[in-house]
Amino acid sequence: MEIGLNHYLVLSTLLFAIGLIGVMRRKNLLLLFFATEILLNSVNIAFAAISHYYGDLTGQLFVFFVIAIAASEVAVGLGLLIVWHKRHGNIDLDNMSTMRG
Amino acid sequence: MELYLYLALFSPLAGSLFAGLFGASPRTKIAGLVPSLLLFVSFVSSTILLVYILSGGAKVHVEMMTWMATGDLYIPFGFVVDQVSVTMMMVVSLVSTVVHFYSIGYMDHDKGFNRFFSYLSAFVFSMMILVMSDNFAGLFIGWEGVGLCSWLLIGFWYHKESATWAANEAFIMNRIADLGMLIGIFLIYWNTGSLQYDQAFAAMNGLDKEVLTWMGIFLFIGAMGKSAQFPLHTWLADAMEGPTPVSALIHAATMVTAGVYLVVRANPLYDLIPHVGLFIASLGAFVALFAASMALVNRDMKRIIAYSTLSQLGYMFVAAGLGAYWVALFHLMAHAFFKALLFLGAGNVMHAMHDELDPFKMGGLRKVMKGTFVMMTLASVALAGIYPFAGFFSKDLILEVGFVEHHYIIYTVLLFTAGLTAFYSFRLVALIFHGEERYKLFGIHPHEAYKFMLVAMSPLLLLAIIAGSFKMTYFEMVTAVLPATEYHVHSAITYWIMTIGTQLFVILAIAFAYKKYANNKVKVPDGTSKMENRLCYKVLSNQYYIPYIYEEYLAKPYKELSTLFWKQIDMKVVDATVDGIAGIIYSSGEKTRVMQSGNLSTMLKWMVAGTIGLLSLAVVFGLAARYSGEIKTILSGLGV
Repeated sequence: MEIGLNHYLVLSTLLFAIGLIGVMRRKNLLLLFFATEILLNSVNIAFAAISHYYGDLTGQLFVFFVIAIAASEVAVGLGLLIVWHKRHGNIDLDNMSTMRG
Repeated sequence: MELYLYLALFSPLAGSLFAGLFGASPRTKIAGLVPSLLLFVSFVSSTILLVYILSGGAKVHVEMMTWMATGDLYIPFGFVVDQVSVTMMMVVSLVSTVVHFYSIGYMDHDKGFNRFFSYLSAFVFSMMILVMSDNFAGLFIGWEGVGLCSWLLIGFWYHKESATWAANEAFIMNRIADLGMLIGIFLIYWNTGSLQYDQAFAAMNGLDKEVLTWMGIFLFIGAMGKSAQFPLHTWLADAMEGPTPVSALIHAATMVTAGVYLVVRANPLYDLIPHVGLFIASLGAFVALFAASMALVNRDMKRIIAYSTLSQLGYMFVAAGLGAYWVALFHLMAHAFFKALLFLGAGNVMHAMHDELDPFKMGGLRKVMKGTFVMMTLASVALAGIYPFAGFFSKDLILEVGFVEHHYIIYTVLLFTAGLTAFYSFRLVALIFHGEERYKLFGIHPHEAYKFMLVAMSPLLLLAIIAGSFKMTYFEMVTAVLPATEYHVHSAITYWIMTIGTQLFVILAIAFAYKKYANNKVKVPDGTSKMENRLCYKVLSNQYYIPYIYEEYLAKPYKELSTLFWKQIDMKVVDATVDGIAGIIYSSGEKTRVMQSGNLSTMLKWMVAGTIGLLSLAVVFGLAARYSGEIKTILSGLGV
């Protein structure tokens, strides 16, 4: 059996669903970051696969941008997370409600 | 001449605004003097215009500015001074100048002195617009203006419950009539395409008789309200709650005559519909008798004079209804002079008696109030129509009109009423000025009014005496615009019998009044005498129970109906709907507020839900756009 575009897209969808559920369910900020990364990378897979399918490099170029931005985002996010952990001793989402609406 | 027209029209407004500046400040003489002087300016301008018109000048017509101009509708602020309006201007400006100067003395101790003059001048301004306008729309502005000012002035002592009640009654009654008036004006515009007097009346000749009849009826309904004709008459007597100068100005000389003026002004219309004219005359004769009979037994000085006004307005409507417009206008003028004089005299008496109004509690006042006594007696003589006073010329002329036009019933009613008029006028004079000094029982020390008040009244006295001699000059002047019918009884003998007979009848009535009320046996009625327990006395002193009927059968059911509508429809339907809408918005806000918990996890969940929602919408619209052709065929199959 040859691995085609559809397989990649199914994989991407599955990963996206896992990531989405992770975003909704996780209470730990670190694991939330993981879930976000899964979301981004599922999209990256779709981009790369479709780009390859059409023989157009634009999609793969986009993937590089996404990776770069995701890296910087995680860097900033982890920095904030460490500060938070130093101050409060935990990284539980339910405790982060000082800006209650 | 245009300058004088504007001066006559706008100086009362200037006076009103000037006095209004002092509305909130304490009593200052200047707030009374300046409006009075400005009104005098208006009076002088009117006189100049009168002299100009009398010397054969053409009528002065100005268009100050455009008011409304849309499509075919064109209504300017136009003013006209012709023979009719200049007569009214003279009457209005003269009487109101006198009343203004008089009021400086009368309202001397009142806290609302400045406010009073502001209202009074505003009233004169409205009345000037009413009589000077050259179209029905301008007339209507003045008409509403005098209505508003009369409301302000009747309810001038607003802390008195009865005064505010009377003010509201007058306003509401006038409002009912004004609706009729407005419908009349709409009918005129609809059928003639113009509201300018000359154009509208010119177009009326070619109109259907039925339409003209409706116009005449609706305009007359307006006149009935302002001139307090039956059944809208109750407000006039109650309006006596206002200060006495107001009664003199509004409820004798000017505002109530607006109805007569309207009928006189619309004479080309009423000439085309003599059957409506006959109705007006019959109603006038009825009101003349009806009001005079109520004045016979009343025990309120001002109300007696008010009923007398009502009765005299009836006379004027008889003349106007029978086509004798110039006679109506003449009686209007003469009546304004002696009635204003009577009211101002009554004001002096009230001042002297510390606002006591019951003439039975006075008596013998001629010793302390000589000037007022002479003036009121002469005014009553003029009202009764004794030769050679003003009333003789104008009132007897109306009787002659009735006789010459072969309306003998109207003639008889008016003749009888003339006797009643003489009786109740002199009953009042006798009770106030003659007989025993009954006021001593009540511990009152009467005093004469200020000298300058009496001086201010003197022009009216002079005119009440001599106004009759202007008859021929006046006739020649106004007949330039009004139908010039002279009313002469054909045979000289009949004429002399009629005139002398009327005079004798009136003099007998006066003598009877003096005999009955000018002696020392008159006591303050306490409800036990035989006369007071008679049925007819009770009917008359309760004003034929008409106010009672209005209260019981119109006001009360109306109030109940209003309560019903308020509780059932307003509260349960209208308010409930509005409250329901507000409630839905409020509760939805209350419920969705929980979403904003500040918890990051919850917000992320909502974000995901929103994304899914938007995504599914995008899919639905994408599908709809792709299959739009099919969807359209399905929908057209369903008949949409």
